[in-house]
Amino acid sequence: MKILVLMKQVANKDAILRINKDATWIEEGDLSHEVNESDGYALEEALRLKEKGGSGEVVVVSMGPQRVKAVIKDALARGADRAIHILRDNLSQLTPFVAASTIAEAVRAENADLILTGLQSDDHGFAQTGVILAELMNLPHATIVIEVDASGENLRVKRELESGWYQWYSMPKPALLTIQSGISQIRYATLKGIMAAKKKEIREVAAATDDAGQASQRITKIYFPQKSKQTQFLGDGDAKKGAAQLAEKLRTEARII
Amino acid sequence: MSDGILVFAEHRAGAFNKTTFEAIAAAQGLGAEIKKGVTAVVLGAGMSDLANEIAAYKVEKVIYADNEKLAEYTPDGYADAMERVVRAADPQLVVMPHTYLVRDFAPKLAARFKKDLISDCLRAQATNGQVVFSRRIFLGKMDADVVAGDDAPVFATFQSGAYRSEQAEKGSAAAEVETMAVEVGAVRMQPEPAFQEVKQAVDLTKADVIIAVGRGIKGQENLALVESLAQALGGEVAASRPICDAGWLPIDRQIGSSGQTVAPKLYIALGISGAIQHLVGMKNAGTIVAVNKDAEAPIFDIADYGIVGDLFEVIPVLTEEVKKLKG
Repeated sequence: MKILVLMKQVANKDAILRINKDATWIEEGDLSHEVNESDGYALEEALRLKEKGGSGEVVVVSMGPQRVKAVIKDALARGADRAIHILRDNLSQLTPFVAASTIAEAVRAENADLILTGLQSDDHGFAQTGVILAELMNLPHATIVIEVDASGENLRVKRELESGWYQWYSMPKPALLTIQSGISQIRYATLKGIMAAKKKEIREVAAATDDAGQASQRITKIYFPQKSKQTQFLGDGDAKKGAAQLAEKLRTEARII
Repeated sequence: MSDGILVFAEHRAGAFNKTTFEAIAAAQGLGAEIKKGVTAVVLGAGMSDLANEIAAYKVEKVIYADNEKLAEYTPDGYADAMERVVRAADPQLVVMPHTYLVRDFAPKLAARFKKDLISDCLRAQATNGQVVFSRRIFLGKMDADVVAGDDAPVFATFQSGAYRSEQAEKGSAAAEVETMAVEVGAVRMQPEPAFQEVKQAVDLTKADVIIAVGRGIKGQENLALVESLAQALGGEVAASRPICDAGWLPIDRQIGSSGQTVAPKLYIALGISGAIQHLVGMKNAGTIVAVNKDAEAPIFDIADYGIVGDLFEVIPVLTEEVKKLKG
């Protein structure tokens, strides 16, 4: 089984974000990046499916400037067999439809049996690129998947619904699945894996479409969210003092103790 | 010419969920601002009763799209049916709730119009006829104002809680229900019945005090500290998703969109950054306390009291102080 895994590089979860001069995106110059969390789980699921099936290939696909090589190399070190890097600068105004169209062009010829990706990105958070890609490639899909059974003729997947409900769906292959975070323990790259990764193929592809003017949405301004509450900060940097003040506030103001 | 607002009414097991009425409130509010009428859409098989229920709301019309393949939700079925309805109604704006179901089929629907969704919006405001949508990005750390391109229809989804369901206005008389026999092509996905994993052992919705932990707790062995604080306060221990994913606490203690939604008198968030998925599950708590080492963590946006610092310093002192005060 040939499995493609779409992985996005996003700002590090703990990074301090600063707004750029035009207030249209964040300052990316000195930003640290990491792999989008749910995409990491998508890769892990792909590697497990390959191992269970006993044969096959896991191909990582990532889009962005040269810095996304970090995500690709890490995925190869964890066990992916090869990679496709869709070269593209400036992803800040990239919309899901344009992203999916670009990816579709780059991966169509792979004729994969399965395409996996995370359920949404930790930066834009559109939660759409995978589903749109499935539509453009005429594949059935399922979102927010937490278990995959690929052993039969048809694919059987467990989807998370809201409020603690679940549902199994089956569908023919090839198909596209968006994977929920936390469905398994992600493996670490071994030293052997890191060494082996150096010999694996990373194919660079130029982003095919010129999509200026195609976007169906555009960010005009980004800003820090307005607080919905006036937060009283306690302790002034001294956590222990803050805790003592908090207990007092919970008694005198909130009247909970 | 494209005109008006179409709002998608989601139902499951014969009932509309709250987010449907929130979406109706959003559509009605926007409709009033840009002076456009609202049409509601219900998809189903032999479910005209549901369409009649929506007709009691202040809408110009309800379109009830009927096909036996819509008896159960599938992304293929819903995308086909909604595509037919959108092409027939030709609206300038399509409003939907940002639920797991909508997330599953609506991007596919939008793609049929060579578009995507302005998804998970918190607000929308019209100035001079142009609608500016606001959505949260970077896991809740930032907001973005977004405008749509020129071509209709514009597809937008609204986050659960962005509007209040009780704001959905009833009409003075029942609106017309137009039944539309829609064509639905081959459906490739076969759904099995939905189920609940475990009988929920703990009903956190009944707790007055909830002490919730997130990634900041670092390890399962540190949960004992949290237990002792919960005991002192007479509360229940809960967690954000990563903690339950790691198996440190059972899933019935998870708060957020995929877990329980709670509104206790006191909610203490320890080492929880406050991603949207968590906030929707607890933002209606009476008093919210947040402890986090990152002063920029979104959890502080909704907190009444905040301590920027190490939760391992806070918990023991707070536990002792609470014990003292309670005598």
